Amino acid sequence: MSVATNMLVRSRLALSRDGMQAFYRLLAAALLCAVLAALSDVFLTMNNIFNVLRQTALLFLMASGLTLVILTAGLDLSVGANIGLSACLAATIIKAVGSPMLGVATGIGCGALIGLANGILVTALRIPSFIATYGVMWILAGITYYYMAGDTIHGFPPGFRQLGSGYLFGVPMPVYVMVVFLLIGTLFAQRTVWGQQIYAIGANSIAARLSGVPVERRLILVYTVSGAMAGLASLIVLARINSAQGDIGEELTLPAIAAVLVGGTSLFGGYGTVAGTLIGALILTLVLNGMNLLQINSSWQPLVTGIIILLAVWIDTRTRRIGE
Amino acid sequence: MNARSLALQAMSIARVPGVAIVLVVLCATFGLTSPGFATPANIANILTQSTILLLLALPMTVIIMTEGLDLSMGAVLTFASIVFAVTVLTTGSPVLAFLAALTVGFCFGLWNGVLIAVLDIPPFITTLGTLGIAQGLSLLVTDGQSVVGIPHSIQSIYSGTVAGIPLPVIIAALAYCGTHTLLYHTRFGTYVFALGGNREALKVAGISVRGLLIRTYVFGGLMVGFAALLMTARLNSAHPTAGIGMEFDAIAAVAVGGTSFERGNGWLLGTLLGVIAVGVLRNGLNLLAVQSSAQVACIGALVIIALFIDGLRAEP
Repeated sequence: MSVATNMLVRSRLALSRDGMQAFYRLLAAALLCAVLAALSDVFLTMNNIFNVLRQTALLFLMASGLTLVILTAGLDLSVGANIGLSACLAATIIKAVGSPMLGVATGIGCGALIGLANGILVTALRIPSFIATYGVMWILAGITYYYMAGDTIHGFPPGFRQLGSGYLFGVPMPVYVMVVFLLIGTLFAQRTVWGQQIYAIGANSIAARLSGVPVERRLILVYTVSGAMAGLASLIVLARINSAQGDIGEELTLPAIAAVLVGGTSLFGGYGTVAGTLIGALILTLVLNGMNLLQINSSWQPLVTGIIILLAVWIDTRTRRIGE
Repeated sequence: MNARSLALQAMSIARVPGVAIVLVVLCATFGLTSPGFATPANIANILTQSTILLLLALPMTVIIMTEGLDLSMGAVLTFASIVFAVTVLTTGSPVLAFLAALTVGFCFGLWNGVLIAVLDIPPFITTLGTLGIAQGLSLLVTDGQSVVGIPHSIQSIYSGTVAGIPLPVIIAALAYCGTHTLLYHTRFGTYVFALGGNREALKVAGISVRGLLIRTYVFGGLMVGFAALLMTARLNSAHPTAGIGMEFDAIAAVAVGGTSFERGNGWLLGTLLGVIAVGVLRNGLNLLAVQSSAQVACIGALVIIALFIDGLRAEP
């Protein structure tokens, strides 16, 4: 068999494996929906469905940038704290200047700068990513609390709030943002050289370097993108809840990591898709939304998210071992 | 003296400047800027306040030496403290409560160890998941409220003295000596050093790496149980957010103390100095009336600097 045919067969096999995994995950999401619809009268109301979609969009935006980081076998623990600082700064600008556009630029810019800092720590200073971003997480939390000093900034112009709570043709605005970034993310990861280089780094960074991939620059890119996406997500949160507080993103880091892992991206790098993360975000949102609808004490949420993360990584570890 | 211990000592001496310089710089800065800093009462205060951190940083050093990490320590500490408080309130027995806190620490340590060693889940993600679980349990048990009304006798564990030395300092000193013996004078410690250096070699030598890792995390859990006793006594209550982020101070102390995150060589005395450095930093910033939120950012910066230096050392 020629090399070309061999590769073709292999990519077909990989495709069908990806396809099956996506199918199983969608099946899980459908089952969750069926169970929730049976258990709760509220679940299938238009209001709640929009709620689920908005929450999924928010989680997906955070998790999509994080997916790229995890594809390189890294981790970004600072996304939640990033949302906190980006949201507070964007809120300040919107209130002070009155320009939503400038606020949007501030949020995304602040997020991207934080991501850039992460990228530099990981590449130039060679600090392991989970430690570097963990340190940055605490630095950001400290700065945000110090800056806000317990205050709340609230009441934004209606134009800005459209971004989080508005509708277009009867569909919530964040859903459009989600679809746009799903397309961009998928095209970038699957169809561009840079995207493929990111997979290569995750699969084997030494081999990638020897093949001429500029590993450092691509890593800085993925951390910056992850930061920028957290900045974007912070604007959606801000526009939706119409107020900014220091602890705004605190509870979002664990669900975002869980969404990536449940979406089938391997923590060990090189395997996974942005589209998978969307399914992961949907599943996680359904679980958390379902717990709310069934009036389960919200204290269960970190516990359940923790267990979901452990289960997802355990399955990932087992799959890898079988693969080897 | 054999070659290995000689090499170890040489490495230790090479590290003295790093953490010592940090400590001297911090002390000099605060000594000059705030008049209340260099008083005997304040120094005793720093030492007493550092004890809880030391109880966490000692096992954290051992864990990091195995190329692991425990992000769940703060959350488990919180939960153990809550279990301690609830048990002492329901049974009235401090001994039973202490045993309960130790059991909580033991169980979480075992859980982390099994997940990491047997199921092969990376330590940082395992303990991140455990963090969520322990935090959720704390919130569930307390419903977000403080547990108050603990008998005042418990408080004396933290505020009491024996022969003029604060009781927590004695407990911390015992813990330090115990960990030192464990690390430098037992087979377990030798294996820990070997594990961080070369895991494969240890496996080939027929040593159970799994058992070693599980014991390391169980040791961490037990120390967290002791720390829970001190923390509850100090606050005279238990609160579902009391210990959150404590693992970060512990990681900071270990990093400042010169234990490497990637090459698995650790230095226990460095951790002790690192704990004091973090304690001095917090105390000094307190005296300068810097908010605790800004203190966290300073400690974060300290960690990044320490890791940067660690990275520089790795270069040759």
